[in-house]
Amino acid sequence: MATLHIDVEFGGGMELLFKNVREHKIDMPEGSNLKDLITYIRDNLMTAKQDLFVMNDTVRPGILVLINEADWELCDGIEYKLEDGDRIIFISTLHGG
Amino acid sequence: MVKTCVICDAARAVLKRPKTGQQICKECFYHVFETEIHHTIIDNHLFSRGDKVAIGASGGKDSTVLAHVLKTLNGRYNYGLDLFLLSVDEGITGYRDDSLETVKRNQQQYDLPLKIVSYEELYHWTMDEIVKEVGLKNNCTFCGVFRRQALDRGAAMLDVDHIVTGHNADDIAETILMNILRGDTPRLQRCTEIVTTGESLIRRSKPFKYTYEKEIVMYAYFKKLDYFSTECTYSPNAYRGYARTFLKDLEAIRPTAILDIIQSGEAFQIKTEVKMPVQQTCVRCGYMSSNELCKACVLLEGLNRGLPKLGIGKTERLRKQHNLQVSEKPVITETAW
Ligand SMILES: [Zn+2]
Repeated sequence: MATLHIDVEFGGGMELLFKNVREHKIDMPEGSNLKDLITYIRDNLMTAKQDLFVMNDTVRPGILVLINEADWELCDGIEYKLEDGDRIIFISTLHGG
Repeated sequence: MVKTCVICDAARAVLKRPKTGQQICKECFYHVFETEIHHTIIDNHLFSRGDKVAIGASGGKDSTVLAHVLKTLNGRYNYGLDLFLLSVDEGITGYRDDSLETVKRNQQQYDLPLKIVSYEELYHWTMDEIVKEVGLKNNCTFCGVFRRQALDRGAAMLDVDHIVTGHNADDIAETILMNILRGDTPRLQRCTEIVTTGESLIRRSKPFKYTYEKEIVMYAYFKKLDYFSTECTYSPNAYRGYARTFLKDLEAIRPTAILDIIQSGEAFQIKTEVKMPVQQTCVRCGYMSSNELCKACVLLEGLNRGLPKLGIGKTERLRKQHNLQVSEKPVITETAW
């Protein structure tokens, strides 16, 4: 099965949940959707505070998601089918004003 | 599955507006975002030509976007404002020292004069020292009371007429909820006002009162603005944390919830029988106060006498003993800015 190469970036303070690393390269199996990616990140890139990222099988309210520079609310949100070379960005709005 | 902007009908949509549900492109987003803030400023007569205005700058997303947008609008619409950045150094190692570095970069990027006032110079106590004294339970009360006054004092030093802060619609909705939950009717009434003036005679306003946090963050992201985003080292107010989570959950289901709460807050009429505190001047420092001594001076008195609980919550006995009066309700200050 082919592999999808996904660029993932964390911003707005979310990088602090990932050892302060903003950019990650993640390979996902073909046919994966955004929900699979989020689950993968939670289970493989996080050692603590998973609930600050994932809540009720989606990202915690207050975290913005961009798929290739566009608001995920314009795409299919959590159901979005990943494509090779996609760039997914998670930005927290919850950190100080 | 590329969607087209509903405003220009040409470019690729990049954002779904929480306020309207519209799908819009980057350029149209910049335009509507900036223009709405311009209308808020004009409709509420926030400024007069020639005003000296200090932007309360924390280095965070809201105040960074506020500085950028005000600088842009002041040029575009020729408001004739003299803009300054005003920062408060609470003395929190590993948090404020880093965020002040961001503010210093913003000063260069936006070419605005910067003034920093510190708790240490004003009160001879840093937050690090206060936390050592009072622990992590009431530290946010000290910080909130001192910050509000520190901004006023900094503004007086700059000789400005007006302070603007980056409080956004989500922050205001959250403060309304908090004041309802605490039964704090005087503050409930005040927290929805877009402009407030205390006895310090320095106007304070919130040009982002109707601006969604989501759009502020998206604006900062698309414009690649330089902001600082770390949580304060001293654990934030847990009660506020729940209110925030609740609000974000509501917003996820129905984005208009934020503006609906603000509208409800504005519509509350406080019955005349409810005793509203009378504003007077603190006999010690001259700052506005609803008691003989202002809240900051009571807190300082406690710190300096080694009685840090003085002035916090229900400590009537302590206060009577030390012959000090403060208001009964715990203070709900706004979020950082
Ligand atoms: Zn457009």
